Amino acid sequence: MTGKRRLWATTAFAGAIAVASMAVSNAYHQQLLTVIGIHTLLALGLNMLMGYAGQISLGHAAFYGLGAYGTGILTTHYGWSPWAAFPLVLVAAGAVAYVIGRPTLKLSGYYLAMGTLGLGIIGHVIFREWDSMTGGASGMVGIPPLQVGGTVLSLGRSGMILVWVVVLMAFFFCDRLVDSRIGRALRALGDSQGAAAACGVDTGRLKAVIFSFSAVLTALAGFLYAHLVGFISPSSFDFLMSIRMVTMVVIGGMASIYGSLFGASVITLLPEWLHVFSDYEMMVYGLVLMLVMIFLPQGLTRGVLDALEGVKSES
Amino acid sequence: MSEIVQYLMSGLTAGAIYAVIALGYTLLYNATELVNFAQGEFVMLGSLGLFTFLSVLGWPLWAAFPAVTLVVGLLGVVLERLAIRPVKKPEPITLIIITVGASIFLRGLAMLLWGKDPHSVPGFAAAAPIRVLGAAIMPQSLWILAVVGLLMGGLHLFSKHTLTGKAMEACAIHRSGAWILGIPSDRMAQLAFAMSAALGGIGGIIISPITMAGYDMGTMLGLKGFCAAMLGGLGSHWGAVVGGLLLGVLESLGVGFFSSGIKDAIAFLLLLAILMARPSGLLGPKAVTRF
Repeated sequence: MTGKRRLWATTAFAGAIAVASMAVSNAYHQQLLTVIGIHTLLALGLNMLMGYAGQISLGHAAFYGLGAYGTGILTTHYGWSPWAAFPLVLVAAGAVAYVIGRPTLKLSGYYLAMGTLGLGIIGHVIFREWDSMTGGASGMVGIPPLQVGGTVLSLGRSGMILVWVVVLMAFFFCDRLVDSRIGRALRALGDSQGAAAACGVDTGRLKAVIFSFSAVLTALAGFLYAHLVGFISPSSFDFLMSIRMVTMVVIGGMASIYGSLFGASVITLLPEWLHVFSDYEMMVYGLVLMLVMIFLPQGLTRGVLDALEGVKSES
Repeated sequence: MSEIVQYLMSGLTAGAIYAVIALGYTLLYNATELVNFAQGEFVMLGSLGLFTFLSVLGWPLWAAFPAVTLVVGLLGVVLERLAIRPVKKPEPITLIIITVGASIFLRGLAMLLWGKDPHSVPGFAAAAPIRVLGAAIMPQSLWILAVVGLLMGGLHLFSKHTLTGKAMEACAIHRSGAWILGIPSDRMAQLAFAMSAALGGIGGIIISPITMAGYDMGTMLGLKGFCAAMLGGLGSHWGAVVGGLLLGVLESLGVGFFSSGIKDAIAFLLLLAILMARPSGLLGPKAVTRF
């Protein structure tokens, strides 16, 4: 995106958030928008890895859970302020990702997927079994809400605004990142690893860096979730959650920052509209993943847009 | 002493099953350079299929065993036909997402068909344990080891002494080279899918009397099978067996001497260690592409 277009897009997005935060007063809608915002952060984080580095993580729920449980444990068991826990959980997520990413990302794409699949399972086991810290299967209650100045940011209007301001900043940052030197190296990497390496890009290291960046964004979403909802349980961070994130990216389109918003909205709203959905949830995700990747490997949104553009340029 | 024998025996039993699953990965990887993330679901389908044939339809074991293997093998072919072959640009990320999609689809389907609760499957023979050196050995363990031994022998004969097996080996060594020599590599890929799925199914059949059959058993077994394959070196038949047995024994010793909580973590830590130290595995024949 050029500078001018980016400015417009960001302004329009900020305007939409401002209008929505005034206009939406129904508590249910506010909650829904908050969840969409958190899911958008998740989709954005994973999209940076999938869309740009061409790598996939099947265990991102572990980082989501690390953010949520990390801050939950520090604030409830140790009495930390959320703002003190904040940098620590983000650094922890980035470090875990780097340690796993560095060896596996040197190898072909299958290994990170398997490694993260294992990580996701282990993460879920830890959240569920470490009773004394995580509260086990029944979860953790009483995580304190965030406070800025004297204002308590809780689920409702203030929480919704907080989440969307963070989303806006994340969008802006990712957009800038993609246009930076690192971003160009990333896109080169996405097109051809060999060519990128030949141009002097340290591919293994760059992939590990983007993997940890994506883990940090995901942990940030977990941090917000824990403090806004105040209750976390292991079922929110299971394998299906990781698959949900992948499905969001696949629907939104690879390497499409605003597509993340669309993918996250679809995956959040679908179960709300279709109440029978929960029985078929896995089958639907499975079908979506298979069909989209077979026919539109760039993802649903990107694929449809590309097809439309193709029609336009032919006529 | 009797404790160690006990741990070793239960480790070997679990390891034999990991080895069968690992063989499934290896066969497919050799023929197509693809890692099938739905491999674990074939194991699950083997287990639940056996439950249906034995307990619902009332078939005898000797008929149900091959029938389930055949059905799961055919499912592998269906997967290749419908989901893998139509892909125009087979890049790893695309194939990973497709096979993960297939895996989650099969799991959702199994949950609808068989319900969320696990089903118990009767053992293959008398349930009374046999006492050896003070350790109690379940007859099912002996069955598992026998089946896995037979499978290994059969696969060895197949790949070294039959034309089809040799053709498959040729595809594994150099795909386009084999194609130029007139080996239909497409058909070999299809056969590899069928055999790999059938191997997963057999793993599920022989494990089901021990662990019960449930719709969600596949992921963990699939992951451990992959870990075993990596441990021995992805692409090597004997490596898969060594890796599987090693993983099983290490897991069982870990549970015995530390705690049962770490059982599932062992496979994962081993996988990470092997990826860091020696990505080609213990018996890996060729260097792994490093970027």
